[in-house]
Amino acid sequence: MKYLSEYRDPDVAKKYLEEIHRTVTQPWTIMEVCGGQTHSLVRNGILNLLPDEVNMVHGPGCPVCVTSLSIIDKAIHLAEQDNVILCSFGDMMRVPGSGRNLQETKAAGADVRILYSPLEAVNLAAQNPDKEVVFFAVGFETTAPANALSVIHAERRGVTNYSILSNHVLVPPAIKAVMDDPECRIQAFLAAGHVCTIMGTSEYHPLVAQYQIPMVVTGFEPLDLLQGILMVVKQLEKGEARLENQYSRMVKATGNQAAISAIEQVFEITDLIWRGLSEIPDSGLKVRPAYARFDAIRKFGINLSPVPENAECISGSIMKGLAKPHDCPNFGTKCKPERPLGAPMVSSEGACAAYYHFRAVLEEVAA
Amino acid sequence: MLSLNCPLPKLNFDTINLGHGSGGKLTNQLLDSGVFELLSNEWLDQRHDGAILECNGPMAFTTDSFVINPIFFPGGNIGELAINGTVNDLAMCGAIPKYLSLSFIIEEGLPMTELWEILLGIRAACQEAGVYVVTGDTKVVERGKGDKIFINTTGLGQLHSSAKIDTQRVAEGDAILVSGQIATHGMAIMSVREGLDFDTEIVSDTQPLNHLVNQLLDQFGSDIKLLRDPTRGGVATVLNEVARDTQLGIDIRQRDLPLDNQVAGACELLGLDPLYVANEGVFLAVVDQSIAEEVLSFMQQTQYGSQATQIGSVTTSHPRQVVQISAIGGQRIVPMLIGEQLPRIC
Repeated sequence: MKYLSEYRDPDVAKKYLEEIHRTVTQPWTIMEVCGGQTHSLVRNGILNLLPDEVNMVHGPGCPVCVTSLSIIDKAIHLAEQDNVILCSFGDMMRVPGSGRNLQETKAAGADVRILYSPLEAVNLAAQNPDKEVVFFAVGFETTAPANALSVIHAERRGVTNYSILSNHVLVPPAIKAVMDDPECRIQAFLAAGHVCTIMGTSEYHPLVAQYQIPMVVTGFEPLDLLQGILMVVKQLEKGEARLENQYSRMVKATGNQAAISAIEQVFEITDLIWRGLSEIPDSGLKVRPAYARFDAIRKFGINLSPVPENAECISGSIMKGLAKPHDCPNFGTKCKPERPLGAPMVSSEGACAAYYHFRAVLEEVAA
Repeated sequence: MLSLNCPLPKLNFDTINLGHGSGGKLTNQLLDSGVFELLSNEWLDQRHDGAILECNGPMAFTTDSFVINPIFFPGGNIGELAINGTVNDLAMCGAIPKYLSLSFIIEEGLPMTELWEILLGIRAACQEAGVYVVTGDTKVVERGKGDKIFINTTGLGQLHSSAKIDTQRVAEGDAILVSGQIATHGMAIMSVREGLDFDTEIVSDTQPLNHLVNQLLDQFGSDIKLLRDPTRGGVATVLNEVARDTQLGIDIRQRDLPLDNQVAGACELLGLDPLYVANEGVFLAVVDQSIAEEVLSFMQQTQYGSQATQIGSVTTSHPRQVVQISAIGGQRIVPMLIGEQLPRIC
């Protein structure tokens, strides 16, 4: 595959790994923010190729993992309405709500559909004028432009039976929340390449300056990750704290202006509850009043009382890098992918699921 | 006699309705419309409630149901799939498939033209595999109670005299071979469902595997320790089942997985792992490493195994686990999926 195989070249990977091994002189704790990066680190077996000194911590950048119980419950509540077709990205289907998940809700008779794009949901609404179509609009800055566009398109086409259940989260406030935790041990970040492709890099300079931490905007292919880790390790070893861009083939400092405009047209910034991290100020996007008729919360007047997160799940500590998944007493016993206590055990991007599947190799390496 | 291209016979109905499954006059009208003639053989032509078959020695017996959407896809349709699926399950037992039953559950409203195309697919697949539909059934359900058409096939085949297919014979060091490119069928289906256009269409690999298996058993006999076709759940699921049943570990090498470029691209685009994507025309074979090269070059010279390759080996180092060595040399566990593979958000 042209444009991908170049970033999976084993010889180049070996060179990066050798340089990381040569450069590291002491233990460093580095957080990769994005779930896509966690997935790639695990899928490509990178974690067990890194020197012991490089401790990768899997951050809160998995949208499946940070979507709060209350929002899942709202999605399920909507799906259970007679006249509603609830559309979702695939991996939200198995995330547990306080009762059941969307997959079980579907099995019980609700019309829940997996889509790849919110624009498909707008088409679905146009084809089913007697139904209400709701798109479960979750994700970071990466999925926000398409979800915003779906609202803009629906308005333009006069599709009035379309709305979104928005739970968009933003990366920079999450980094701030992680760093503000008094117990935080993170010494550097791999910033999320795709989020920066949309938003640019300007939001990250103040974080680097405030917390004096190295940050490297990094891609998702094996060579991207290895190069990003090498760049961050070099800064750490030299005692530097700069923002660098490894993913320059995609990320421009100014981001994607058209995408940013779409986001700003439809959404405004709001405080938001993150699963495991509680409420983070200015960390989410909600639909602007001008588009209220496309906002499922307003349209359906959903008013469910908030549900406390499962106290047995330590996902908050894991996402802050304070604990590893296998430090959890329920890991692999009470909490397994087929019976998750918390979302990080559900998604393939979730740190717990990644570790669960990876456990035997880790144990072998340790033995 | 039906002509070679078998156009749809002239009928006084153009869609299937509930009456066509009643067993009465309409059912007979449907079957007489050309169905019997299309699939004609000495057993089916008896038009009895069941077929009386001559069997000698150990037989393999299997059943499978097909509920696919869409029912027509690049490279085939549900009819061919239903025949090849059961033929291949018998072949994986080391048997020579011969007799099949064929049952339809049709949702009322299915256009007769579509049923006819499916029947043509069934006939072509039977001819290619050298098997006979000897008995069958047709039921029709109300609109909304089915999904166009469901097909069940059951098959019977005589065990090859040299076959000794047994999971328990798999041993440390054995080679794991695959007969062709993986993930093609599943991605052909997905690209239709998702409306993806590629430079060249991804075509399902649905095909009968019995001829190649028969040749392999003629040539290598009991040296073929295990045969499995990685349909639903893909290569990863079958390998996990083998690891579980043998209490041994399996190593596979990412760079050796035979994958068409378009298929690999479609998997990337849709966030799916090709190891879990369904196949309908390839099989996995386990043989002693010492004869792996010989078996491979034999397979590569055949019509159905030209892209055969070794993808991994059996090990004792991580019992019951399948481990993939990535292109850059890292390791990861390839787990059994919990449910269906769900596309990732980002």
